[in-house]
Amino acid sequence: MSAAIGPAETGRRKRRSVWELALLTVAMFGFGFAMVPLYNALCELTGLNGRDKGMQIVASVQEQPDLSREVTVQFLTVVNGGREWLFKPAVSEMKVHPGQLYTVSFTAENQLDQDVVGQAVPAVTPGKAAKHLKKTECFCFNQQPFKAREAKNMPVRFMLDPELPADVHTVTLSYTFFDVTELAQRSAKPNG
Amino acid sequence: MAHAHAHEGHDHDHHGPDKGIMRWIKTTNHKDLGTLYLCFAFIMFFIGGLMSLVIRAELFQPGLQFVDPEFFNSMTTMHALVMIFGGVMPAFTGLANWMVPMMIGAGDLALPRVNNWGFWILPFGFAMLLSTLFMPGGAPAGGWTMYPPLVLQTGNAFPMLIFAVHLLGISSITGAINVVVTILNMRAPGMTLLKMPLFVWTWLITAYLLIATMPVLAGAVTMLLTDKYFGTSFFTASGGGDPVLFQHIFWFFGHPEVYILILPAFGIVSTIIPTFARKPLFGYASMVYATASIGFLSFIVWAHHMFTVGMPLAAELFFMFSTMLIAVPTGVKVFNWVATMWRGSMTFETPMLFALGFVFLFTLGGFSGLMLAVTPVDFQYHDTYFVVAHFHYVLVPGAVFSIIAAIYYWIPKWTGRMYNEKLGKLHFWLSAIFINLTFFPQHFLGLAGMQRRVPDYNVMFTDFNVVSSIGAFAFFISQFIFIGNMLSCMFGKRDGKVPERVWEGAHGLEWTVASPAPYHTFEDPPLVGDNGEPVAAGQTAKAH
Ligand SMILES: [Cu+2]
Repeated sequence: MSAAIGPAETGRRKRRSVWELALLTVAMFGFGFAMVPLYNALCELTGLNGRDKGMQIVASVQEQPDLSREVTVQFLTVVNGGREWLFKPAVSEMKVHPGQLYTVSFTAENQLDQDVVGQAVPAVTPGKAAKHLKKTECFCFNQQPFKAREAKNMPVRFMLDPELPADVHTVTLSYTFFDVTELAQRSAKPNG
Repeated sequence: MAHAHAHEGHDHDHHGPDKGIMRWIKTTNHKDLGTLYLCFAFIMFFIGGLMSLVIRAELFQPGLQFVDPEFFNSMTTMHALVMIFGGVMPAFTGLANWMVPMMIGAGDLALPRVNNWGFWILPFGFAMLLSTLFMPGGAPAGGWTMYPPLVLQTGNAFPMLIFAVHLLGISSITGAINVVVTILNMRAPGMTLLKMPLFVWTWLITAYLLIATMPVLAGAVTMLLTDKYFGTSFFTASGGGDPVLFQHIFWFFGHPEVYILILPAFGIVSTIIPTFARKPLFGYASMVYATASIGFLSFIVWAHHMFTVGMPLAAELFFMFSTMLIAVPTGVKVFNWVATMWRGSMTFETPMLFALGFVFLFTLGGFSGLMLAVTPVDFQYHDTYFVVAHFHYVLVPGAVFSIIAAIYYWIPKWTGRMYNEKLGKLHFWLSAIFINLTFFPQHFLGLAGMQRRVPDYNVMFTDFNVVSSIGAFAFFISQFIFIGNMLSCMFGKRDGKVPERVWEGAHGLEWTVASPAPYHTFEDPPLVGDNGEPVAAGQTAKAH
């Protein structure tokens, strides 16, 4: 037995270690959840996954068309899970000048005999172009209720700002349409 | 020596074992719990092995023969969960239970009751997980990585899966806390940190990895649960979440997890090779630092599992280079093992054979890992049998061989009976041959484009799949030699006495106590000298 540390002192140190490690466990459990806002912040910062300010509506933009530059914007639509939906853009691509507002319209049709709530989720490729795509109007900001067999024309008003990196010549704007009827019902009635 | 304490009042630590089944249910003794952990792991290896045989039987021929695709996917999912959380991790915890206190001269683990509790959670967790095989809708089939949105389509088995993962997580965390507290506070006088055996060192770092990552996994599966039942949208794109986020959180746990499955193996091999080379371990300090650097690096490489999800170029490059960096400390280890054997007087008893098999085959698995780390190449290999071959090389002839080596090495100490050396060697050669027969062809299948987790395949892949299936069945059957050998060690006739120092080249505190090790060892801590063994003989047994 070493003289320096008695059993009482060993017991005290053990308890201290246990508490420290338990605290680390709890902290790491919290860290798992903290990764959610961290990830979203990182995505917005870097345009990772094409998610960022382009997801939010911009109240007003200053139009300053740069007529010397032309960028191709492609539109892509996907219906999640092979639902019975028709969802497509009026044009598959258009040439735009940065700094000028354009409108493109999308058609969506519920081909089911029941009411459905839809939600389109946008993504922009390449990621670094995402924060330069400004939208003043988009159906993707809200859930869209559809009556049975209802068809809708939905406009998107957007502008590429002139700070768009010079090496970007093509920007793809993609929308995935989800059936969120259940999700909408849940949030409509609390505890539902 | 135990007699001196036998009637010393009611201090629970000083009794011998209870009789009957209650001994095992109520035990707080680290040796009993070590045995329980190892037996439990063994049962899980058997169940997980049977699942892999279902997979290999189905893949023996192209087309669908025996099981429907949904069940096939349940088998791949459950095989992984059972082998990782039920087989390898409890086996290492069992070895830590048995050996860590004996190696540092402590009487038991720091929290014996927590130890008992931590073990007995496991059977419940796995009963829950395995019960899903009999539920309507079947067992989870979305892969052990539980990626949403696929995993959210799991039927009734879903909450069982989540709660089982929670229970297994709690069990590993309590085990890990116990190991850390013991190592930090209960080392015998003179057993300084840099005198600890490497098995203790690697387990200390493993335990920290467990404490740091298992809670993250618990958080991730909790988010899955609320996404499915409580209307949250952590990973649901339609509600503003992102399924890729799950992959980040999962692999933040998942990559350190692969080191949790291999660091203790490094410790075992670093113990066995010096014994049979009859030379001290080459580069002890560098082994410790290499283990620590691997532990640290494991936290910053996770996205190499998800190169194909669409990350920015900078991230792809970062994760590629950081992953390749891990080859440096790992290379240091392999170099040290080889240097330890250099000009040693080597003999090739069964534990040494398995340790050498480990060094050779684990390194092979490391090289295919290095290939997978190269981002542009990974785009080609992703989700193919090349990946399957890679991680089975590091897990079977890697982690599992090290567990087998450890058991052969220490079982004479545990039971006081020597195993049959001839059968041990036969077991090694059959295992080594058939494991290569099983997994080596899978490299070629993967390179040729055969996808994992699919019950059918193109007819051009048939030949290699036949070879692989034959190897798998033969490997499984070979393990019965091991079972027989171990059972005779545990229950066979005791002919002749096993010396305290079972292997002449073995060093360390565990070899200074009797064989079989008494129920209580090092109740009075020994004074440890510079050579890592008691200074004065006769604390608990006569040394030398
Ligand atoms: Cu990894």
